[in-house]
Amino acid sequence: MLNIPQIRADFPILTEKIRGKKLVYLDNGASTQKPQAVIDAESFYYEHQYANIHRGVHYLSQIGTDLYEGVRKQVQQFINAKYDHEVIFTKGTTNAINLVAYTFGRKFINEGDEIVVTEMEHHSNIVPWQMLCDEKKCVLKVIPLQADGTILLEDAEKLITPKTKLVSVVYVSNALGTINPIQELIALAHKNGAKILIDAAQAIQHFKIDVQAMDADFLVFSGHKIYGPTGTGILYGKEDILNAMPPYEGGGDMIKTVSFKGTTYNDLPFKFEAGTPNIAGCVALGTAIKYVEELGVENIKAYETELLNYATEKLSAIEGLKIYGTAAHKSSVISFLLEGIHPYDVGVILDNMGIAIRTGHHCAQPVMDHYGIPGTCRASFAFYNTKEEVDVLVEGILKAKKMLS
Amino acid sequence: MQSINNIQDEIIEDFSMYDDWNDKYEYLIEFGKSLPLIEEQYKTEDNRIHGCQSKVWLHGEVKDDNLYFYADSDAIITKGIVGLLVKVLSGHTPKEIADSDLYFIGKIGLQEHLSPTRANGLVSMIKKMKTYGIAFQAAN
Repeated sequence: MLNIPQIRADFPILTEKIRGKKLVYLDNGASTQKPQAVIDAESFYYEHQYANIHRGVHYLSQIGTDLYEGVRKQVQQFINAKYDHEVIFTKGTTNAINLVAYTFGRKFINEGDEIVVTEMEHHSNIVPWQMLCDEKKCVLKVIPLQADGTILLEDAEKLITPKTKLVSVVYVSNALGTINPIQELIALAHKNGAKILIDAAQAIQHFKIDVQAMDADFLVFSGHKIYGPTGTGILYGKEDILNAMPPYEGGGDMIKTVSFKGTTYNDLPFKFEAGTPNIAGCVALGTAIKYVEELGVENIKAYETELLNYATEKLSAIEGLKIYGTAAHKSSVISFLLEGIHPYDVGVILDNMGIAIRTGHHCAQPVMDHYGIPGTCRASFAFYNTKEEVDVLVEGILKAKKMLS
Repeated sequence: MQSINNIQDEIIEDFSMYDDWNDKYEYLIEFGKSLPLIEEQYKTEDNRIHGCQSKVWLHGEVKDDNLYFYADSDAIITKGIVGLLVKVLSGHTPKEIADSDLYFIGKIGLQEHLSPTRANGLVSMIKKMKTYGIAFQAAN
């Protein structure tokens, strides 16, 4: 059981007044707030331990390197990777997907090969593949969306074939909350000799992920969506695949030797980490993951499910409100529209009441096109949200409806 | 015809009556609803300003040396603000429009609607209105 009042006290921003009103933060799908411990970890590092890492013989550089590499081990354990060098630090999910497109994609995907995504992908899991397809003349195949916001495995079975080189799919849809049948998709990819990349940006903060048990080839997520700093992210890849991939950016840290006759590249994980990384951010990401682990991923899942069910019930009772994404397996997201009312207007009215939701296409325009709508209002929940806040949201929606009808 | 600044001052005075956001937005919404701003024939892709969230259409034409605007939006609050902008600028000379300083938005507390994060097309709309002014000024 989570002690919610105690948890809320850990997040200083939750006591902020917005336009004179108590903040109700329901935009956790876009980014989560930071507990004091994470904020303190970043400050403490800069105040007491900061220097550039790797290859420094002096004391501070050693400490920084130990902390940074310690977080790599921590992430390895958190997602149960086999080796810590299978964990690559990136700027975020987008950066991690682009890294794979640029390296794995350019080396192993060729003319006529196929990449399979779903219709519910975030733009960051569409555009890098479109760019690759333009360049390499490979083909992007799309598993279609059903009316309830799910995909059908029989569609996936038709589209994932021996021509498929990579399946790149979202674990949890940021626009709809749908949890995809990831285990079945992994099996389908592997049965056809394809690799699979799992975009876990909306999954890692909500339930347990074990990359070995899943048999994931790549798994990516952002630090800022799991209560850590912006500008941090993780690319997990299986050792043999990462080793076979060429480097991404060239520069410091990723080399073994450099001469004008030729350069040799460093081993994993450094091969993919050119330049001075976001050291302070990564250190604080470690604190964020520790915070989540101490609460317990299973406890988080149970509480957030309860919150989602409560919110779904309350919002469904509002006349003229339609929820987009009604899959049986959902996580922490409710996308909705009020009949005849533009989502932007709802967002503006709620904002004036101190309620932060997101409106628009949520960087998933194909999802909006599928439903023929300009966008949705999206409330997305975290473990610090409460049923009382859901009630405030409901009041806000009723008020917006009254003002805008 | 009143000057651009006179119209702006009037709007500022109108809005000064509303001391809370509720009344201000009620007014804006009602104002937005009361405006049949643009004829369907002008809702073309060419006239569309791409915001990320709400759509805005803007058409400008010169009659008797003055530049007139017709505009619309699919979001009602955006439409209310679009209506205010048309009210302020439409019917003035291209030069007056190109040289105008739109201070009323900040004064009536709607500055946040011009923030890029709002992605409602209003910033681009103001830019386009001024571009019309500059273009027709050059044409004259």
